[in-house]
Amino acid sequence: MTISLKLNGQTRAIEAEPGTPLLWVIRDELKLTGTKFGCGVASCGACTVHMDGQPVRSCQTFIEDVEDAEITTIEDMENDKVGSAVQQAWLELDVVQCGYCQSGQIMNAVGLLRENANPSPEDIDEYMYGNACRCATYQRIRAGVQRAAEILEA
Amino acid sequence: MSASISRRGFLKSAAATTAVLFVGATADGIAAASGRADAMLNPFVKIDSDGNVVAIIKHFEKGQGPATGLSTLIAEELGVTMDQIEFEFAPSNPELYNNLLFGPFQGTGGSTAMANSWMQYRTAGANAREMLIKAAANAWDVDAATLDIQAGMVIGSGKSAPLGDFVVAAADIAPSESPRLRDPSEWKIIGNETTRRVDSPIKVNGQAKFGMDLHLPNQMVVMIKRTPQLGGLVASYDDSSAKEVKGFIMAMPLPTNHGVAVYAENTWAAMQARNAIEVDWDMSGAEKRSSAEVRDEVMTALDAAPVYNVNKADRDAVSASVDNAATVVEKTFYFPLLAHAPMEPLNCTIEQTVEGDIVLHDGAQMPTGPHMAYQQIFQLTPEKIHINTMLTGGSFGRRATPDADYQVEAALAFVMTDRSRPVKLVWDREDDIRGGYYRPATGHKVRVGLDPEGNIAAWEHQVAGQSIMKGTPFESFAVQDGIDHSTVEGLADNPYTIPNMSVGLTDVKKATTVLWWRSVGHTHTAYVMEVMMDMAAKAVGRDPVEFRLAYLDGGGEDAERKAGVLKLVAEKGNWGQPAAGNVQGIAVHKSFGSYVAEIVEISGSLNDGIQIEKVTAAVDCGIAVNPDIVRAQTEGAIGYGIGHAMREQITLDGGTVEQFNFPDYEPLRISDIKSIETYIVPSAVAPTGIGEPGTPPAAPALANAVAQLDVRIAELPMRDNGVSFA
Repeated sequence: MTISLKLNGQTRAIEAEPGTPLLWVIRDELKLTGTKFGCGVASCGACTVHMDGQPVRSCQTFIEDVEDAEITTIEDMENDKVGSAVQQAWLELDVVQCGYCQSGQIMNAVGLLRENANPSPEDIDEYMYGNACRCATYQRIRAGVQRAAEILEA
Repeated sequence: MSASISRRGFLKSAAATTAVLFVGATADGIAAASGRADAMLNPFVKIDSDGNVVAIIKHFEKGQGPATGLSTLIAEELGVTMDQIEFEFAPSNPELYNNLLFGPFQGTGGSTAMANSWMQYRTAGANAREMLIKAAANAWDVDAATLDIQAGMVIGSGKSAPLGDFVVAAADIAPSESPRLRDPSEWKIIGNETTRRVDSPIKVNGQAKFGMDLHLPNQMVVMIKRTPQLGGLVASYDDSSAKEVKGFIMAMPLPTNHGVAVYAENTWAAMQARNAIEVDWDMSGAEKRSSAEVRDEVMTALDAAPVYNVNKADRDAVSASVDNAATVVEKTFYFPLLAHAPMEPLNCTIEQTVEGDIVLHDGAQMPTGPHMAYQQIFQLTPEKIHINTMLTGGSFGRRATPDADYQVEAALAFVMTDRSRPVKLVWDREDDIRGGYYRPATGHKVRVGLDPEGNIAAWEHQVAGQSIMKGTPFESFAVQDGIDHSTVEGLADNPYTIPNMSVGLTDVKKATTVLWWRSVGHTHTAYVMEVMMDMAAKAVGRDPVEFRLAYLDGGGEDAERKAGVLKLVAEKGNWGQPAAGNVQGIAVHKSFGSYVAEIVEISGSLNDGIQIEKVTAAVDCGIAVNPDIVRAQTEGAIGYGIGHAMREQITLDGGTVEQFNFPDYEPLRISDIKSIETYIVPSAVAPTGIGEPGTPPAAPALANAVAQLDVRIAELPMRDNGVSFA
C-alpha cells in the first residue's frame, strides 16, 4: 500500500505493507536513524516518536494507522521549543552515556513537559517509567527534565 | 569452519599490519605531492594545516567516556581547548593501538581505558606540542624554551600564531623520547568540573551513528534463525513461507549449522522472513539442563573439598580454627546466570572493497579478535582487513567475546553470498537475551570464626563456578595452576587483613557460554565478602564500619585507600543516622585498581515492598580526569548492580532460556532508585578504572540494608528470594 506520511513537517509517499511498524519506515526507508530499535515490543521506549505531539512507541505503531497524523522524530526537536530546552538541559548535565536510548528519553520527556510544565520527581518517575536505560542515567534524566522545566519557565 | 584465535597467529599479523599503517600514517601524512593536508604527528594526534586537531581514540566508546577522557589528555598537553579538538576512533592495529595492559592486543575491558592510556596519551600530546614549538622556534629564530601553546596559539618571545601554521614543518621534526609533561599545576582541563562530554551533542539530536544506524548502499540485512535450546544444530529447514515475505532474498544454514541465515532487503523483512522459516533442530548435542540442575551442580561442588587451593592456605588448620571459634557465622550463596542486555542489540556490517579488502563496521570492543578471526575466514593477510569502529550502545562486556562470536557470524553469512552487497547482521532483543553469553552461575560457601573478643579468628571460603577463561584463547595467560582468577578475584587478594583465610575453588561444568559481565568475578565475590563482613560484625555486636576498619588498619596503602572511601561514605551518607523510617546497609570493595564504598538507604517493609531512597558512594580512582564522568560511571555502575540484584536472572528449562525480552528480563527503571550521590577522594596518583568498580559494592550494600529487616539474602535476584520492591 502507498500511504502519505507527514513527518517532521514534510509529506512523503511511503510504499509499505500493512502491519509494517513505523519504526522501520523511519529507520530503513527514510534513513532517519535517531529513532532507535531497542526491544520491538514497546518495553524500552528507545523508539519513541511523537504522533500529533504525543509520545508513541514507533515499534508498535503501524504504518496504516499514521496516515493523516503528524509524526515528529528526534531530528526535528531542535525546532521545537520544549525539545530544544530538553536538549539544552541534557547537554548542561551530560545526561548521556552510551546514548542509544536518549532519543527516546528526550522524546518522552518532551511529552511530559508539554502536559506538565513543572513536574515533581514522582511525576517524572511515573511518566518516564517505560523508558529503559541500561547505563542507568536515570538520576540525570530526572534532573534533566527539571532543568528543562526551568529553562522553559525563564 | 573454525575461527579460533591463536596468539602466535596474532603476533605474526601484528607485525605485518603495523608496517603498512604506520608508514601510511606518518611519512605519507603531509606529503605535498599527495595534496593531503593531514599530519599524523604521532599515532594519537592528527592536525591539519588549518589547525584542526583530532585525537585518535584507541578504545571504543560505549558511554564509559574514553572519547572525552583521551581527548582531554591530548588537549591538555598539546595546549588546545576542548572546543578545538575532535575525535576519531583508531583503526584496528594491535601494534600501534594495543591496550598496554593487554599486551599486543587492541581492546577495551577491565576498566583499563584511562589507566593504560594515561601516560601514553599525555606523552603523545606533549610530543605534538614540542614538535610544533620547535617548528615555530625555527621559523621565528627564537629559543624553543620561551614558547608554549595555549588555546591553540603558539605564543612566546613576543610572538603569537595559530598552531596550524607550523604543522607542515612539525611533521619533519623527530619526536622526543621523553617530552616534558605539563605539571598538574598547569592543568586546565584534567580534573575540571566543567569539562563536558565530547559525544553529548550528537547523542541528543539523533545524529550519532551507532553500528545499528549504518546503511551502506545496496546492503542486505541478515538475521539468524536460532536454536531454541542452547547448542542445537540445524537438521533441515523450510523457507517456502518466507518466500512470500516482500523483501526476502534467501535463507541459508550457517556453515556451523548453529542457525539459518535469513537475508532480506531491510530489517523488517528479515524479521518477518525469519519468523516464517521452519527449522528442524538436531538437539542431540544441545544443552538439556534446567536451572535447578545447574544450581544443584554448584551446590554439590560446594559440599565437597575444593579442587584448587587458591591462596595455598593450610585448609585443615583454617577449618579447625573455625570449628574451635567462640562464634561461627556461616552462609551459602548462589548467583544466577545474567545477560548483559546492552540497549543496542548486537550488530555489525561487512563489505568487500573493489581491491578485495574486507571492511568490518562494528562497535568493536576488541578489534584484534575479529581481525584475527577474519584472516582465517577470508584467507587474507592482516593489512587487507579493516575495522571501522563505531559508537556503541552499551556492552557491559557482551561485545568482547574470546571467539568474536557475532563478528564471525556476520562473516560466515557474508561468505555465503557473492560478496557484491554489504551484509549487515542484526540481532534483536530476543537474540540478545537468549543468545547464550552469560555471567557464570556461581556459588560460595563461607564459614567465619570469631574469637571471644569479637575478632575474626579464621575465614574458610569456598567457591564453585563456571570458568570464563578456560577453553578460550585467553586461558594460557588468564589461568594459572588451574585457577581462573576471574572466578575468585576480590577474595584472597582483598585489601582486608583477614587472618587465617583459606580460599578454595572448584570448576563446575558450564551451563552455556559464559562471559565477563560488568566487574566480572567481583559481581559475586564482593557480595559474599561484604555480606559476610556484615554478618560477622553483627554476630559480635560491632558496628559494620568500625569492624571493617579494624581489618584495614596496618594493611599498607592499599588498605588505607579502601579505608579512606569507607570513612568518606560513612560521613557523607550519614552512616548510623538514616532518615526516619529508613534503614541502611554499607559495603566497600576494591576492583580494577579503584576503591568504592556505598551506603544504600531503603524505606518500606518486606510486606509492602522496599524502596531504595538513596545511594551514597565514595570513590578513589586516583586522579579523576573528568570528575563528572567518574560520577556518571559510578551512578550507572550502581544502577547496573542493583537492577540485577533486584530482579534479573536468566533461567533454563531443559536447555532453553526462559526469558525473551525486557518484559521478563526487566531492566532497572527510573523509579527504582530515588537518588545517588557520589563523592570523589582527591588524589594525585595515576588514574585507575571507573567503568566497573561502582558495581561490586552496590548489591551487597542493598543486601545489608535489607538485612536490617531481618532477611539475609544469600541468593539472587532478591525478588525471587523473598524481597518485594515497591
